[in-house]
Amino acid sequence: MKYVDEFRDGVLAKNIAANIASEAHAGRSYRLMEFCGGHTHAISRYGIADLLPANVRMIHGPGCPVCVLPIGRIDQAIRLAREQGVILCTYADTMRVPASANLSLMRAKAQGADVRMIYSTQDALQVARDNPQREVVFLAIGFETTTPPTAVAVRQAAAEGLQNFSILCDHVLTPAAMHAILAGGVEIDGFVGPAHVSTVIGSKPYEPFADDYGKPVVIAGFEPLDVMQAILMLVRQVNDGRAEVENEFTRAVTREGNLKAQQLVAEVFELRDRFEWRGLGSVPHSALKLRPQFAAFDAEQKFMVEYVAVPDNKACECAAILRGQKRPQECKIFGTVCTPDNPVGSCMVSSEGACAAHYSYGRFRESA
Amino acid sequence: MSTVKPAYTRPLDFKHGRIDMSHGSGGRAMAQLITELFAAAFDNPYLAQGNDGALLPQAQGRLVMATDSHVVSPLFFAGGDIGCLSVHGTINDVAVMGATPLYLSASFILEEGFPLADLRRIVESMAQAARAAGVPIVTGDTKVVEQGKGDGVFITTTGVGVVPDGIHLSGDQTRPGDRILLSGTIGDHGMAILSQREGLTFSAPIVSDTAALHGLIAAMLDSGVQLRVLRDPTRGGLATTLNEIAGQSGVGMMLHETAIKVNQPVEAACEFLGLDPLYVANEGKLIAICAPEGADRLLAAMRAHPLGREAAIIGEVLADAHGFVQMTTRLGGRRVVDWLAGEQLPRIC
Repeated sequence: MKYVDEFRDGVLAKNIAANIASEAHAGRSYRLMEFCGGHTHAISRYGIADLLPANVRMIHGPGCPVCVLPIGRIDQAIRLAREQGVILCTYADTMRVPASANLSLMRAKAQGADVRMIYSTQDALQVARDNPQREVVFLAIGFETTTPPTAVAVRQAAAEGLQNFSILCDHVLTPAAMHAILAGGVEIDGFVGPAHVSTVIGSKPYEPFADDYGKPVVIAGFEPLDVMQAILMLVRQVNDGRAEVENEFTRAVTREGNLKAQQLVAEVFELRDRFEWRGLGSVPHSALKLRPQFAAFDAEQKFMVEYVAVPDNKACECAAILRGQKRPQECKIFGTVCTPDNPVGSCMVSSEGACAAHYSYGRFRESA
Repeated sequence: MSTVKPAYTRPLDFKHGRIDMSHGSGGRAMAQLITELFAAAFDNPYLAQGNDGALLPQAQGRLVMATDSHVVSPLFFAGGDIGCLSVHGTINDVAVMGATPLYLSASFILEEGFPLADLRRIVESMAQAARAAGVPIVTGDTKVVEQGKGDGVFITTTGVGVVPDGIHLSGDQTRPGDRILLSGTIGDHGMAILSQREGLTFSAPIVSDTAALHGLIAAMLDSGVQLRVLRDPTRGGLATTLNEIAGQSGVGMMLHETAIKVNQPVEAACEFLGLDPLYVANEGKLIAICAPEGADRLLAAMRAHPLGREAAIIGEVLADAHGFVQMTTRLGGRRVVDWLAGEQLPRIC
């Protein structure tokens, strides 16, 4: 298929792999973190690890929106649906994230809560228009990629005077999470930088990682050849002792990003003081909330549902895995108690989660 | 001379009429629906017996029986509808056992208020599919549920067939070295349904592949190749069906991504919606696993049939205690092709 096959070409992949193999110094290791779940998925689905030399190791980062949501945030959504009788609209990935009391949104739905799976914020608005007598809450999750559509929906709801629509805002920020990872002392030689997130925020916000932390960043698209090219570029930076922000994904990402989207987001949202992430703990200025003039659309205020922190399952290693300190297969319950059908931790839920990706695509590697 | 007037029943209004509760009552209205619609469309001597069950002639060979319920939404889609789908689905389940399908039953759960025009369209599509396949619908049942308790129409079909002596196809028969063949492109049915449901339009429409496969299967059996198992990869798609077989036989598999064909609009739609065609439902495709020495002959027999023109050898069976279905990716790497987790597309068939 045009514009897809070109980025999945096996011959080109072999060429890049040969370059990586010949340029990576045998005497050292390269620990590269792909921040985004989209990259994790591409690496697993296309078997990219098989094309890399043993000393180039990919560490899966926390860039999977459902993976970083702490249990308490899902609990909040379930409480809204069960106790306040709202129609809760959510993206599909969130449905199966484990919450407290052995619940998930999917199980709450089976027990009678009105939870609806939607594809876009526009669908959520339509549900609100179609059900004027019901309260409709959109569970707004995701990094900078999904934030602008939420901002559009809030603005539209305000313009239409749609009083039965509100959002439970769990939008989070990529650079803040990267800071938290580096501050946590994880050994990383460089980052494969986000694809879709960067189309919105541009490459500029990553410059501190290169300048202040001395970590190379190469922004890459989500196709397998993008990822391989980015790995080669990172190996070259490490070899040269350079730490720069380079852009492999020039077909979609500029240094400034999508200014219109940024403006829209700034108009509707402001920074939260702190936000709790699964795996990273409470991170300052790492998430967004609605500005006061849009308070009427803030479900947390409208329904007075407070966030209550809930500790993760003790056996679950999601936290260490999200920080890149452990690999999925190093978790005791990986593949036994915790599987994609019965996820204990959030990394096992979305196909972009490190554990689900390894379970679904890569676990033959341990059988050898 | 008698003054009793001859019985008169106003014919069903197939233009504006709707199903009401009386059509499931067991009374006159139900009898009329059966006579004017089902019996007229499915018309065959077994159904015409008019009894509670169909009395069928003695059959030669071991019997195969399969049943399938159909709840697809939307009821009408590019390439078919719930009617022909319910005929094809059950014929295929019987045929992949190596059986010649002989008879079908059809059971309808209708929702009060369902337009008779739509019901007639569905029933006629079933009748046409059954006639084309040469498999009569010999008995049936109709129930009506109140509005809001169903979704238009649900159809359950059951099929009976006979397996000739010497043929034994089963999921537990495959062994290392066997070849895995696929009769054509994957994902067409599922994406036809989904693109219609989501109102997605592509330059070329996605058409369901719904089809009765017993003709293709007969040609494959005639080739004389030692077949281990046949299966139609419906819900859960190619990946899930191969995992079932690997589990039954206690083997692993290695697929080759470049050998698995996906129609371009299907690939585009999957790309767009974030779905993997390996997990998307098919309704007119089959997987065949055979001994390695017969693979080329089987492939030729499949390609000679209109429903197998794009058949390909897509992989081989391996010894693997873990039962992994794996794939060499087009990039040259390797990955597991796992069971489908959760629900990818509800109400696809």
